Amino acid sequence: MRDRGVIYTALVLFLGLLTFPVWHNLSAHVTAKGPDVKLPGAEKKCVAPVEYMRTSHMNLLIAWRDQVVREGEPMSGKSLTPTCLEKCHGSKADFCDRCHNYAAVTPSCWNCHEDRKAGPGSERAGMSAGAAGTSARATIARSGR
Amino acid sequence: MTISRKEFLRATGISLLAVAARKVKGAATTRWALAVDSAKCLKQDNCTKCIDACRQAHNIPSIPQQGRDIRWIWKDSFEHAFPGQEDPYSTQGGMPAMVLCNHCENPPCVRVCPTQATFKREDGIVAMDYHRCIGCRYCMAACPYGSRSFNWMDPRPYIKNPNPEFPTRTKGVVEKCTLCSERLAAGKPPACVEACPEKALVFGNLSDPHSAIRELLAARRHMRRRPELGTGPGVFYIV
Amino acid sequence: MFMFEKAISGGRRYWLWVGALAVVIGAGFACYLLQLRDGLQITGLSRDVTWGLYIAQFTFLVGVAASAVMVVLPYYLHNFKAFGRITIFGEFLAIAAVIMCMLFIFVDMGQPTRVFNVLLYPTPHSMMFWDMISLGGYLVLNAVIGLVTLRAEREEVAPPRWIKPVVILSIPWAVSIHTVTAFLYSGLPGRSLWLTAILAPRFLASAFASGPSLLILLCLLMGRVTRFRVPREAIQKLAVIVTYAMVLSTFFVLMEFFTAFYSQIPEHGDSLRYLFVGLDGHAGLAPWMWISSLLGVAALCFLLAPKLRRNEKLLAAACAMVFLSLWIDKGIGLIVAGFVPSPLGAVTGYAPTLSEILISAGIWAAGSLILTVLYKIALSLREAPASATPPARGVEVLHEIQA
Repeated sequence: MRDRGVIYTALVLFLGLLTFPVWHNLSAHVTAKGPDVKLPGAEKKCVAPVEYMRTSHMNLLIAWRDQVVREGEPMSGKSLTPTCLEKCHGSKADFCDRCHNYAAVTPSCWNCHEDRKAGPGSERAGMSAGAAGTSARATIARSGR
Repeated sequence: MTISRKEFLRATGISLLAVAARKVKGAATTRWALAVDSAKCLKQDNCTKCIDACRQAHNIPSIPQQGRDIRWIWKDSFEHAFPGQEDPYSTQGGMPAMVLCNHCENPPCVRVCPTQATFKREDGIVAMDYHRCIGCRYCMAACPYGSRSFNWMDPRPYIKNPNPEFPTRTKGVVEKCTLCSERLAAGKPPACVEACPEKALVFGNLSDPHSAIRELLAARRHMRRRPELGTGPGVFYIV
Repeated sequence: MFMFEKAISGGRRYWLWVGALAVVIGAGFACYLLQLRDGLQITGLSRDVTWGLYIAQFTFLVGVAASAVMVVLPYYLHNFKAFGRITIFGEFLAIAAVIMCMLFIFVDMGQPTRVFNVLLYPTPHSMMFWDMISLGGYLVLNAVIGLVTLRAEREEVAPPRWIKPVVILSIPWAVSIHTVTAFLYSGLPGRSLWLTAILAPRFLASAFASGPSLLILLCLLMGRVTRFRVPREAIQKLAVIVTYAMVLSTFFVLMEFFTAFYSQIPEHGDSLRYLFVGLDGHAGLAPWMWISSLLGVAALCFLLAPKLRRNEKLLAAACAMVFLSLWIDKGIGLIVAGFVPSPLGAVTGYAPTLSEILISAGIWAAGSLILTVLYKIALSLREAPASATPPARGVEVLHEIQA
């Protein structure tokens, strides 16, 4: 066939692209082991059932956000850091980041909001340096938004 | 469920009345406003306590680059704050004015915002929703007072003494004075009002005829910035 | 489906041109990634001058997009047959221009990932909301019209009857996109340079001068590099349109000067003073404005004399001058000067940075690429083929339906 060179090159490139997730993860030593989440100590009951929180905690947080910011409702009981982190789940690195890093999710909340337990300096380090600590390499691209 | 036409009309009429009554009542209860007494402000030379208090309370960055600074409240000259009102024979020439967002009655910034990221609350505060802001800066073009600032870069590296009790903002959103709505929710006055050593800033509810600000405005002559534009500014300057 | 295969067959010159555009697009894109990472600090904008090169290009290009109406209206409403062969090029120019507008708005946004908030939270009292609706609608209109009429032509059948009302709709819609863009500026209480009722008419007049002049240049270019020669009558009629529009546009600008300087209200004259002679030592834009004025006057001298207008070389020069003059005046001139002086009386200079220029060039290149591809497709039905068969009849048949 005439365009042998082009076809073979393109084929190799295509296969490389197709198998990217496999060899990238291999090279980054990422395993299929699930996230190692630190469970809360103090309170025994979350604001909503676990199954709901697992699938829809982001919707709950957005609803709280709109209620507090746009509808002027009081912030107590509807704030991520004091209500969720300080009372039960500890710091962002111990809880939120575990699953988020594993799932390669980068919510932009932390661009503005603070993780008080970790101190104000950590967000800067967390943001500019790329994905925070632990099972970091699963996060593909940090757009820094 | 079947409902007769008469009942439907009656129910609708009553609900409409209730809504109207609520709106009328709501409009009367709170209208936050600020009064600035420049003469008192001048008593201390080079005082920046209100600016510093605001900066500290709200994690406002100190950006050295020309034209990129973030300002919520600052001091400007009389000529700048009240263009067209300067006259060479008055004593006001040279009297500085603290300028900030006027939390207008009829804000042009709210009118132009394409996502309602800036919106007017019932208590008169023109609020910002940083989550919704798309960074188009239309509100900055619309504000006739130059009260708004844009985050041209990530502000966090420029925040001295970050305050963990209040979030920062992120690059790409517009921000401005929020009349310390978070402090008002806790029953405290705005940070600048509290910080002023001469009590030059008076804060209160314009809808309450016995509030400090109403009594001050009744007793002293005052002016507002560019009132002819119909914006209904909520910051009064005692002259 | 849309004859894209026509765009991937071309000679050496074609591919060199596409390649050059791709390089510029790449450079612009790389700079944009920088902007995404570091924020808009890489531009020359500031707290006082918050809109600059990007929004200036957007404002100018909305005008170019709207100008398609200047070929569509005479042909579809007034049976001006000479435009029959070139309405498609006007419509395709509109598509490329609207896409460029949208790209310029996108790169100007601080939080571009949230762009759909404008549609998720519709805000009828905001002119920017209506601008997005009207630009989007205009793009769809022109894409549909272009696709349908071109395919009909290729199949040598009449276009479906329903396309006629769609085409008629595009005429007021074209006027609306530029009116709403003017409304972005002319309703702001604090910006006296823009707070004038004549802004929308001025926008339309300059649009109908700059757009058709670009179209003339493109038609002349096609005559040079392809086998399609635009009929002389069409080019001359477009030239007359450019002439009238440029006269009106210049007249409107002069009206602004009278109001500002006869009333002697400082606020009304300050921005104009800044533009032409400088204010408080800042006179960066003055050379640009004088060049723009000179180009405009020179262009009018060529255009107003029929003998000179009929000379295609001089016409080309005049069109280039009109385009450049209005690009400066309506772009950088109008937008930056609206912010000077600032509401607090500050005079802040603005000059675009290299990144800003590269991003803008990248978008112009992207628009040019879209234009090239679309024109190549349209030309496949217009170019006299190597064997001389008669041209397609579709357009004439459409015309007979409407009669």
